[in-house]
Amino acid sequence: MKQSSAVKSFINAPYLLWSVLFIIAPMIMVVYYAFTDRNGDWTLANITALGAYSQTFIRSIWYAFVATLICLVLAYPLAYIMSRSSMSKQRTIMMLVMLPMWMNFLIRTYSWITLLANTGIINTLLSKIGIGPLHMINTPGAVILGMIYNFLPYMILPIYSIMSKLDYRLVEAAQDLGCNSFGVLKRVIFPLSLPGVISGITMVFVPSVSTFYISQKLGGGKYLLVGDSIEMQFQSAYNYNLGASLSLVLMVMIIICMIIMNKFADNEEGAMII
Amino acid sequence: MNNNPVIIDLQNISVSFDGQTILNNINLQIHDGEFVTLLGPSGCGKTTTLRIIAGFQQPDKGNVIFEGKNIDGVPAYKRQVNTIFQRYALFPHLNVHDNIAFGLKVKKIKDKKVINKKVDEMLELVNLKGFGSRNINSLSGGQQQRVAIARALAVDPRVVLLDEPLGALDLKLRKDMQIELKNIQQKLGITFIYVTHDQEEALSMSDTVVVMNNGEIQHIGTPLDVYNEPKNAFVADFIGESNILDGVMHEDFSVEFSGMRFQCVDKGFKKDEPVDVVIRPEDIDVLPEGQGMLSGKVTSVTFKGVHYEIIVDIDGFKWMIQTTQKSEVGDTIGISIKPDEMHIMKKSEYSGLYGDYSSFSEEFDELSDPTVTEEEE
Repeated sequence: MKQSSAVKSFINAPYLLWSVLFIIAPMIMVVYYAFTDRNGDWTLANITALGAYSQTFIRSIWYAFVATLICLVLAYPLAYIMSRSSMSKQRTIMMLVMLPMWMNFLIRTYSWITLLANTGIINTLLSKIGIGPLHMINTPGAVILGMIYNFLPYMILPIYSIMSKLDYRLVEAAQDLGCNSFGVLKRVIFPLSLPGVISGITMVFVPSVSTFYISQKLGGGKYLLVGDSIEMQFQSAYNYNLGASLSLVLMVMIIICMIIMNKFADNEEGAMII
Repeated sequence: MNNNPVIIDLQNISVSFDGQTILNNINLQIHDGEFVTLLGPSGCGKTTTLRIIAGFQQPDKGNVIFEGKNIDGVPAYKRQVNTIFQRYALFPHLNVHDNIAFGLKVKKIKDKKVINKKVDEMLELVNLKGFGSRNINSLSGGQQQRVAIARALAVDPRVVLLDEPLGALDLKLRKDMQIELKNIQQKLGITFIYVTHDQEEALSMSDTVVVMNNGEIQHIGTPLDVYNEPKNAFVADFIGESNILDGVMHEDFSVEFSGMRFQCVDKGFKKDEPVDVVIRPEDIDVLPEGQGMLSGKVTSVTFKGVHYEIIVDIDGFKWMIQTTQKSEVGDTIGISIKPDEMHIMKKSEYSGLYGDYSSFSEEFDELSDPTVTEEEE
């Protein structure tokens, strides 16, 4: 037994080292920078300075919330239909869902500019049938669209994985006890798919609320999010301390969100995300 | 027989799947309050029949009549029948109480007191008092089965469909549940349609047994009927052990088989009509050598507890006999059969397929032969 535990810790060592170096240490650094000034003295100035960013935080949360909600509305029926289709159909839809993810995130987002621009592909097509031009690029809608487009698969996959495991006899049992299709959905399918929904919400909301590239490219820099502000502090303002305090608050917010989500799913699959 | 009105009437039901016939022209009338068992080997169409009554499957042809009304196309949730599923299909996200209350809540019963009273009543009926707040996954198989029964009965169904409900339980528990189910059915006076492949279960619980094979009904009758007067060789063989011999009915009350003429109690056959003769192993009397009607050599003796099961070779046909008298392999014994212990059946497609125990001893030989490996498995 002793030997096996020695082997175990030997195998674990690289992972432990990795997490200390690249996860724990940066986190400590974030906290350290957030509470110090340029000279390394303790201060709360970085935190109090965040008041100026309240608009940005609210906007980030709001956009992420809207994007998550729309993802859920789109993904849930698709995941349900997928789980009820034949095996070959399931594989095809899965392929289609995964296909965009094979491309680089930046390229995918960039290509939306070409689509949405005032003289872009969509407007060119619309003008042919006498509509438009519509102003689409550099709007909040474009930013949210970018979020939905990039993160939708993260909503579909966990819901689909739960639904495909759902025992169909439970559906029959519910029908047998008097449930029509809506009743089956409400009383059986939805409650049983909740862990997948919780995972999906977490997996879409967290990257949406902290994203920075999407808002710069599709929002034209007019609708800055927390991620953009952080990036700016590090890349152009060189105020690491303010950047760190922004990051710290964002991290705390995300952790709070995840704790709340996990309250809904006391199931190991929902909790797995943390 | 049951004189209550017919509650379910299956008329000319046919179903096929991928070109394969699952049910072929099923006609069955089920009376209110009756305990009917659909009995047959796996793949005989018994579960499909049940699913058609439940509304989970639509027949290709034929009608399902419920209390005089055609309910083809009526979805499952609108039918006054409830199913107890093979593997219970309890809702894992609900506790015992909420599982049982499920159907009541769907019925939009708002009054919590009414629901709680009904749930408690059901829990008491299935001997699970005090289990209401338990988690489904913390229950044993037998307890889950009871919850499934309570859940189906809570909504006061007119007909309860049971799809091999005891299949997953161990033997002892199964026997207890058989008695309990029968008691519940009699107490509530509702119709039970029970699917099983276990002939003993069918005989001990049912008012009416429906024997099925290859998507067709072979015999409908009381348990005594199907056991004592099977319609064909399949029924005779499927329900209990039986020796089925080729015979000729010379005239009323006179049949010939194994090279001898016997007196019997059957009549109504054509003159010299070829027939199948069924003799149950427990109805044969063993006599010392030289006595009795036929004689043969014992080829196998197995002790079964209540009786010995012996295989006797009489003119090349191997008979199975269940007797309390001990014989040794190699003994020559005489046997005697009373006229009312013989049952004469018309020839059918199943004639000659069943009822000879020669394979019995071959199997025995193979098992004791170390050169035969288990490759065939």
